[in-house]
Amino acid sequence: MTAPARTTVPAARGPMAEAWDIFRRSPSAMLGLLLLGLVILMTFAGPFLYQVDPFEIVWAPLTPPGEEATIPLGTDNLGRDILAGLIEGGSATLAVGFAAAAITMLIGVVIGAYAGFYGGIVDDMLMRVTEFFQVLPPLLFAMVVVTLFQPTLVNVALAIGIVSWPQTARLTRSEFRRIRTLEYVSAMRAIGAGDGNIIWRVILPNALPPLIVSATLTIGMAILFEAGLSFLGLSDPNVMSWGLMIGSGREYLLDAWWVVTLPGAMIFLTVLGVSLVGDGLNDAFNPRMRER
Amino acid sequence: MYRRILRQLLYAAALILAVLVLNFLLIQLAPGDPAEVIAGEMGGASAEVMAAIRQQYGLDKPLPTQLALYLGRALQGDLGMSYFYNRPVVDLILSRLGPTLLLVATALGFAMILGTRLGMLASRNPRGIASALVTVLSLVGYSAPVFWTGLMLVILFGATIPLFPIAGMIDVVKQGGPLVRALDIAHHLVLPALTLGLVYLAQYSRLTRASMLEVLGADYIRTARAKGVGERQVFGRHAFRNALLPVVTVAGMQFGAIISGAVLVETVFSWPGLGTLAFQSILARDYPTVLGILFFSTLIVIIANLLTDFVSRLLDPRLAGGR
Repeated sequence: MTAPARTTVPAARGPMAEAWDIFRRSPSAMLGLLLLGLVILMTFAGPFLYQVDPFEIVWAPLTPPGEEATIPLGTDNLGRDILAGLIEGGSATLAVGFAAAAITMLIGVVIGAYAGFYGGIVDDMLMRVTEFFQVLPPLLFAMVVVTLFQPTLVNVALAIGIVSWPQTARLTRSEFRRIRTLEYVSAMRAIGAGDGNIIWRVILPNALPPLIVSATLTIGMAILFEAGLSFLGLSDPNVMSWGLMIGSGREYLLDAWWVVTLPGAMIFLTVLGVSLVGDGLNDAFNPRMRER
Repeated sequence: MYRRILRQLLYAAALILAVLVLNFLLIQLAPGDPAEVIAGEMGGASAEVMAAIRQQYGLDKPLPTQLALYLGRALQGDLGMSYFYNRPVVDLILSRLGPTLLLVATALGFAMILGTRLGMLASRNPRGIASALVTVLSLVGYSAPVFWTGLMLVILFGATIPLFPIAGMIDVVKQGGPLVRALDIAHHLVLPALTLGLVYLAQYSRLTRASMLEVLGADYIRTARAKGVGERQVFGRHAFRNALLPVVTVAGMQFGAIISGAVLVETVFSWPGLGTLAFQSILARDYPTVLGILFFSTLIVIIANLLTDFVSRLLDPRLAGGR
C-alpha cells in the first residue's frame, strides 16, 4: 500500500487515516467490528477456556440448554456438547471463509487487472472466460467439485474461490479501465515505467478502496458458502463446523430447537459483523455516498 | 436488431458447448477410473455394465475421440444413464425441472414485486421507517444462511403455528380435481418460496431504494415537477421506470446464485425439484445425474440471461439500438 507520495500539496494525513476517522464514527461499523472481534476471540481463546472435545459424548442426547450446569448450551442428538461445537466450529468456518476470499481476490484481481489494463483482445478473451464462470450456478459447481475430489478444507476453499472470482474480476477491470486513462499513469509511462510496474505499483494501490470493500463482502459470502456445503454434509466430516452441526441436527429440529438454532445464530452474527464492517468501509471510502 | 439477437444466440450456444466440455473434463480429472465414476462408486456395477460403459463412452479410444463422442451424444439429448435410478439422466431431470422452476419463479416474483414497492416507499423518505426497514431487511437477508432461515420457519410453522406444511409438494392423502391439487401445491409452496424470496426481497428493496434516490436527483424529474406533474406520477412513472433497470440487470446476473439458493431451500423443505435430486445423487455418487443437473441449471441461467437482456431493452429503448 505504498502509493507514490510525491504530491505537490503537503497532505496533512493519508487517505487511510481519514477513512478510519469516518469508519470510527459509524456506530453500525463499530458494532460489526465488535461482533467480528468477539467471534474471533471465541474461536481462538475458547478452546483454552472451555476444554471439552466437541466430538465426545458427554451427556444424554438432546439435553436442553440450562438443564445441566456443566453443559450450559445442552447437547446434540448424539449427546455431544453444543458449546464445545460452537467454539471449535468457528475455526473451520473462518479459515475456509478467509482462505476462499483470498483465492477469490487473487484470481479476480489478476484477471480483472490484465483485462482492464490491456483492453482489446486480451480483455475480450479474459471476459469470455469470466462470463463462462458466471453462468455456472456457484453452489452446484462447488458441490460437484467437492464430491468428485476429496472434501478436504483445502478443496472446499478452492471450490468456493473458483466459483466466486468473476464479480471481483469485473470490479477490478472497471477500476483499471477508469484509472489507466488518468494523467499520473501517462506520466509514469512517459518516464519509462514498464507495464508490470504500472499495473501493480501505480494502478492497483489506487484501485484498492473498492477492492477492500469487495474483499470484505467476499469473506461474508464465502462463510455462507462453506456453511451451505457443510450443511449438505459435503465438507470435511472430521472437522467440526457450524454448518455441519445444523446439518446433522436438523432431523431433531422440532424436538430440540437449540441444536440447529445456536450454530445458525453464530453464522448469522459472524456474517452480520463482516457485512457491517463492509458497509462501514464503503462509507468511509466514499464519503459522498453516505446519504444513501 | 436481428443480427444482435442472432449473435447472442450463437454466443449462448458457445457457452452451452463450453459447459459440456467442462463436464467431460470433470469426469476425466476425477481420481479413479472414468468408467467407475460414470457407473457410480456406490452402485458396485457389474462387469457387464462396466463393459457397456467403456464401449458407449469409447473409453479405450484417445481423449479427443472420447470428447467428440460425448458431445455428439449430448447434443442429441443423451446425457447418459443414471445407474442409481436406472433411468436416462435427461428423463430424470425433466421430471424434476417443473417444481424447481415453480419455486424459483414464485420466489423471484414475490421478491421483485414486494421489493421494488418497498424500495420505492423507502425512497420517499431516506430517513423514514420504510428506509430503516429496508436497511435491517437487507442486512438480515444478506447475513442469515438461507437454509437456516428455512429451518427457523419450520420451527415457527411446524411446531408453534401449524399453518403451512413444512415438507414436500403435495399431500398424497388429499383427493380431488385439478383445482384442489393446485391449491394444495400452492399451500406447500408458501414456506419454501418465502424462504428463498426473502433473500432477494432484501436485495431488490435496497437496490430499488438506492437507484430511486439517484434517479430522483435527475434533471428530468425536476422538469416533471416544474411542469406540474403530481408526486404520484413523478414517483410511479418518471422515476420508477428508470430506477427499475439496475434492479432487472442485477436480478438477471444473480440467476446462478438463485438456483444455488434453491438447492439449499429444496433440501430443507424436501421440495421434489432439481436441488433435492442433486443432493440425493451426490450422496449416491451418481455422477451422470449430478453433472446433468449442473448442465441443466447452467442452461437455465443462460436462458435467463437472454431474457434479462430482452427485458432491459424493453425498459430502456436506448439499449435497443445496439452497442
